[in-house]
Amino acid sequence: MIEFQDVHKAFGPKRVLEGLSLKIDDAETMVIIGFSGTGKSVALKHIVGLLHPDAGDVIVDGEAVSMLDRGGLTTLREGIGYVFQFAALFDSMTVAENLELGLRRRRELSDEEIGDRVREALALVDLSGTEERLPAELSGGMRKRVGIARAIALRPRYILYDEPTTGLDPVTSAVIDRLMVRTREHLGVTGVVVTHDMRSAYTVGDRIAMLYGGRIRQVGTVAEIQETEDPVVRQFIEGRPE
Amino acid sequence: MIESIGRRAVAAVEAVGRVGHFLLDMVRAVPDVATWAGPAIVQMRRIGVDSIPVTLFIAAFTGVVLALQASYTFTGTVPLYFVGTLVGKTMMLELGPVLAGLALAGRVGASMAAELGTMKVTEQVDALETLAYDPQSYLVVPRVLAGTVMFPMIIAFAIATGIVTGWITSLVLLDLSTTDFLKGLKLFYRFKDTWFGLLKSASFGTTITVVGCIVGLDTRGGAEGVGKSTTRAVVYSAVLLLLLDAFWAVVLL
Repeated sequence: MIEFQDVHKAFGPKRVLEGLSLKIDDAETMVIIGFSGTGKSVALKHIVGLLHPDAGDVIVDGEAVSMLDRGGLTTLREGIGYVFQFAALFDSMTVAENLELGLRRRRELSDEEIGDRVREALALVDLSGTEERLPAELSGGMRKRVGIARAIALRPRYILYDEPTTGLDPVTSAVIDRLMVRTREHLGVTGVVVTHDMRSAYTVGDRIAMLYGGRIRQVGTVAEIQETEDPVVRQFIEGRPE
Repeated sequence: MIESIGRRAVAAVEAVGRVGHFLLDMVRAVPDVATWAGPAIVQMRRIGVDSIPVTLFIAAFTGVVLALQASYTFTGTVPLYFVGTLVGKTMMLELGPVLAGLALAGRVGASMAAELGTMKVTEQVDALETLAYDPQSYLVVPRVLAGTVMFPMIIAFAIATGIVTGWITSLVLLDLSTTDFLKGLKLFYRFKDTWFGLLKSASFGTTITVVGCIVGLDTRGGAEGVGKSTTRAVVYSAVLLLLLDAFWAVVLL
């Protein structure tokens, strides 16, 4: 279980998170929505300790992330897959090497097992046969799928998706959505998805939380959010300018 | 005015603190041999083998010019076999390490800052962390180690090349015999000439790679930020290299 406990974070004078509290249950997919620049990605980075809160804490499986030492942080990260907004593939490595890198960190796996995991993960994202290609040779959608495969290959307990469909055409976005659903169904992982794509949020989310003003404005099931009477949430989900 | 000075002083202290913190993290990452051993071999090839052509090119012409300038200065006043002395001493003690070091500050320091800066702004460094790698172990230690080990080797080649081209120039253009050139070369040679130049080269290698890593990993913004980091890495490296050069001269000569 992941729990944000009254998390505050500022960058210089800009206060981004101001008392964010949210609980994400095991095996659910929580979608965090919100306007651009409201700190959705910042919140996500707190889960893996890429950022540390100024106050409050993020609890993952009962452990406060900010209290973990280097070894504890490594153990935590071994159980979490992270899909970056622009995939963040290592551009000097092939697709297979990108997937292998995280697996090689787990020293108990043999070369053969690593190869099997890579092929399996690429098959799950419909990218079999791209092992030897470089990221620069892939389309935006393919890169995102390789990013997801890199996370899946680790067989994590949690997968964090940062704007997985941003910048993609509607069809490719739907492919990514289907992939996220398939990942949850096949692997049973807990997912946290940060997005402002409402179609994607309704497709993949078990629950949706709206981040507004540095804290959670509303959290509920897809149906509850669709029927909300909160004016801010309504404006966002309907995409109205005012 | 006072506020501006205060702000700059705070920024300077913060920068020193960041560098100290970075170096401490780097030292802490050294025992993680399993992570840095593989990338270190790759970096040694990149920093070492790939830098040889440009370094030897510079050294070759430096040797030619040194021989000609020595002859120009000594003719009529000092025996010409001192050309060998000047070429040897200058290449070993100063021009070999410093000229090659400055060239490598441009080649190695700039490419390192650009590569790490690009990785930083495209979140590849964050991705590495989420894959449970310590960027210090995977990115910094291999580069610094490769620089420290390979610079003395490259510069040893550069020194040898400069002396050889100085000798060829003496033979072809100055009518100096090989025996006379070698006589001059050996005349004031001390073993310290060799280790001093190589020690200096190792310190240049460490400095240039540490600066490249610090500046690269501190990159912010997009392409513009990477460009600024690249320039900063070359400027800082060149300045520190000349300061180190003076430091070693004061301490060891």
